[in-house]
Amino acid sequence: MSTEDKIKYTEDTVDLEGKQEYTITVYAENRIGLLNRIAIIFSKRKINIESLNSSASEIEGIHRFNIVIHEGYEVVRKLARQIEKQIEVLKVYFNTNEEIIWQELALYKVSTDEIAEKVTVERLLRQYGASAVVIRKDYTVFAVTGHREETDALVKALEPYELIEFVRSARVAIIKDSAGFHEKLKEFEAFEPGEELVENEFLEKGQKIFTM
Amino acid sequence: METAQDTIQQNEAKAETSKTLFKGTGSQVLLNGLIEEGVTTIFGYPGGAIMPIYDALYDYADKLEHILVRHEQGGIHAAQGFARASGEVGVVFATSGPGATNLVTGLADAQIDSTPLVCITGQVFAHLLGTDAFQETDVINITTPVTKWNYQVTDAKEIQEVLAKAFYIAKSGRPGPVLIDITKNAQLQLEEFPEYVKCNHIRSYRPKPKVRVEYIEQAAELINSAKKPFILFGQGVILGKAEEEFKAFINKSGIPAAWTIMGEGAIPTSHPLNVGMLGMHGNYGPNVLTNEADVIIAIGMRFDDRVTGRLDKYAKQAKVVHLDIDPAEIDKNVKAEVGVWGDCKETLPLLTNLVNENKHEDWLAKFRQYNQEEIDQVITPELYPTGDEMTMGEVLRNINEICGGDAVIVTDVGQHQMVACRYAKFNNTRSNITSGGLGTMGFGLPAAIGAKYGAPDKTVIAIIGDGGFQMTPQELGTIMQFGAAVKILILNNRFLGMVRQWQQLFHDKRYSFVNITSPDFVALAKSYYIEAGKVDERANLRQALETMINHEGSYLLEVMVGRENNVFPMVPQGMSVSEIRLK
Repeated sequence: MSTEDKIKYTEDTVDLEGKQEYTITVYAENRIGLLNRIAIIFSKRKINIESLNSSASEIEGIHRFNIVIHEGYEVVRKLARQIEKQIEVLKVYFNTNEEIIWQELALYKVSTDEIAEKVTVERLLRQYGASAVVIRKDYTVFAVTGHREETDALVKALEPYELIEFVRSARVAIIKDSAGFHEKLKEFEAFEPGEELVENEFLEKGQKIFTM
Repeated sequence: METAQDTIQQNEAKAETSKTLFKGTGSQVLLNGLIEEGVTTIFGYPGGAIMPIYDALYDYADKLEHILVRHEQGGIHAAQGFARASGEVGVVFATSGPGATNLVTGLADAQIDSTPLVCITGQVFAHLLGTDAFQETDVINITTPVTKWNYQVTDAKEIQEVLAKAFYIAKSGRPGPVLIDITKNAQLQLEEFPEYVKCNHIRSYRPKPKVRVEYIEQAAELINSAKKPFILFGQGVILGKAEEEFKAFINKSGIPAAWTIMGEGAIPTSHPLNVGMLGMHGNYGPNVLTNEADVIIAIGMRFDDRVTGRLDKYAKQAKVVHLDIDPAEIDKNVKAEVGVWGDCKETLPLLTNLVNENKHEDWLAKFRQYNQEEIDQVITPELYPTGDEMTMGEVLRNINEICGGDAVIVTDVGQHQMVACRYAKFNNTRSNITSGGLGTMGFGLPAAIGAKYGAPDKTVIAIIGDGGFQMTPQELGTIMQFGAAVKILILNNRFLGMVRQWQQLFHDKRYSFVNITSPDFVALAKSYYIEAGKVDERANLRQALETMINHEGSYLLEVMVGRENNVFPMVPQGMSVSEIRLK
C-alpha cells in the first residue's frame, strides 16, 4: 500500500471520535468459563462486541479468540491488558484492519425457482465470488467468504429475490506480521521466561507486531 | 484447565510418590491440602452441599481451627481481615446457593483491594448441575467478575492440583480472591491420591515479570532531575512486603511521600518524610502539591478516583513514574512517563541504588506550611474540640495516646473511617485494615475478628459507625462463641454521617433517609455476653477507652459524638485535588 493510499484508508476507517475497527487476538487455554471471563471485560465497560470467534490455533490445546470491536486506541489497549491479566490467557494482540488478513463466511438461502427465473445463478457466482453449496428443487444455498462489505453486497443483490435465510460467521483473522505462537509458547512453558516475553511491553516502541 | 506443564508436574509427582498414596475422600484430600499450604484458621458456615467437607473437618480439629461465623459475608470479611493482618491467605468455607451468594460482597471487596483469599464452596452433585436443584446456583458465573480466578471441581482427582493453583494464584503477583466450587460427589469420592505438590508455575500466568533495568534507569534519571518530586504510595508496598525497601528509597532520595488509605502504615506515621494522606479527605498539602510536583513517583497505587479527584486537572504538570506489579494499572487512569512493571520489592532497591541522595528542604517546607494551615483550621479543632459535643477526632487522639500507635485499627466505611485514617497513628505495617476500594459498610466487625486471628498478639480495635455496625452485628455471636478479643468502638452520631454530609453540602441539606436509629448497643453486646459501656460526655471518654483497651477479652464501647460534624478537608466530587476545601 502506498503512503497516499494508507492515509486515505486511515481517513476512511477512523471515525470522528477516533474510533475504528480493532481485531483482538487472544491466545488462551481451552477452559470452560474463560469465554465468559473475557466477555465480561467488555460488558463491564458497556462495549459492544461486533464479532467473536473461538477456535483452535496453530498449537494443539491452545485456543484462539478473535474479537472485533469498534473503539479508540486507548480503550482497546486497556481492554487488551485486562484480558491478558486473566490467569488462563497467554497472550493478547490487537490490530487495525491494515495489520491483518481477515475473512468472514456468509451463507444465503434463496428460492431456486425465484433465482432461476429472474437472475442467472452463474452471474451471481461470478459477480460475488459465491459458490453454490447446495442446489435443491426448492432452494439453493450460496456461500461467500470475504469482508463485511462483500458479503453485504450479495445480501443487497438477493433481496429482490426472496432471501429466505442469511447468516454470517464471526471474523477470523491472521496477523500479517505474526510469526505464530510456537516460539512464544516455549517461553511460557519455561519456568524463567526470557526477556522477549517479559518485556515491559507497553514501553516497547520498536516492535513490529503490537502487543501492549 | 489441563495444561501440558501441569500434566507433567502431576505425572512427575505421581511417579515420585507412588509409594505414598493417600486413600481417602475428596474432602479429606482437600483438608490435607489446606494443611500443606500452611492454613491454620478457616472461617466458615456449613450447609447441605458442603457437608462431606465438614464431616471430614470433624477429624481435623487439632490441625485446623474452624471459626463458625454467623453469616457467610461475615466469614469472608473475617478471612479478609485475617489476610490483611497476617499477610497470609485467608480461607473461607460456604455451602452452595445462598451460602455462596453471600460471599459475593466480600469477593468484590477482596478483588478491588487485592486481598489473597481461597474460598471453598460446596455445590450440588455434578449430575444435578443445571437442573435448578435445591440450593443450586451458578456460583462460578456469579463470581467471575469478582475473582482473580475460579474453578468448579466435579471430580476429586482434580482437587489437589486445583487447590495448589488456587493458593499460588491468590498470593502471587497482584494478590486476589480465588474461589473453588466443589460438587458434593467430588467431596465424597473415594480415591487414591498422590502426595500434595505445591504450584509454582502456570504457563499462562506471569505473576512477576523480570525487571528491565533500562526502565529503572529512566525512572532514576527523571527522579534525579526533579526539583519537586513527590511519592504516592499504596498497598502495593505492603502486599510486596517491601516496607524496608521503600523506607530505604525515601530515606536516600529525601522525597516527601503521601499514602492512599490502603497504603497507610507501610511506613510509620511519624516518619519525617510521611506527609500524610491523599485523596478526597486526605491532607491539605499532599492534595494541593500534587498539582505542583514536577515528578510524581507512584508506587503500588492505582490512581483511584477518590485519590485523583477530577482527572483532567490532576497532576498535569508532572511527569509520572509508575511502579506496579500489574501492567494493566500502568496508564490506566494517569499516563506514565516511565512505567516500571515489577514487584516493588525488586524494583525499589534497584531504584534506590541509582537515585541521588537529596534533602529537598524547600519543597518539604511547603508541605509543612500547608500542614500548619490544616492543623490550625481543621486538625486542632477536631482533636481538641472546645464545644460540648465530642468529635470522632478526639476519640482517635485518645486511642493514639493509650495505644501509642501499636494497635491494629480496623474500620468500617464512612465518616469514622476517614477520621480514623486521617488521625490514627501507626507504628507498624498491616495495622490499618479498611475497605478501601469497595467501601463495604458492614466490613468492620467481621474483619476485626479475622484480624485478631491474624495478629493475635496485637490489640485490635474495630472502629465502626452506628450505621455500619447494624449491617453485620450478627458477628457478635462469633465473638461470643470463639472469644476473639476485639475491641469494638461504635462512634454514634445517629446519622448515616457521610451521606448526610454530602446531603448537607451538595443537596441543600435535604436529609433523605440518613436519620438512622439504633438499638441499645450496650444491651445488645451484653446479650451476647460481651462487656460493654457507653460514653456521652467528654469527662468520661478517656477512662472508658482505657477500660475498653485494658479489658481482657472483647469489649464494646459506644461513644456518642456530634451529630452533624463533617469530615474536612474535602475534595468535592468532580473537583480538582488543588480545589480541596478546608471547611
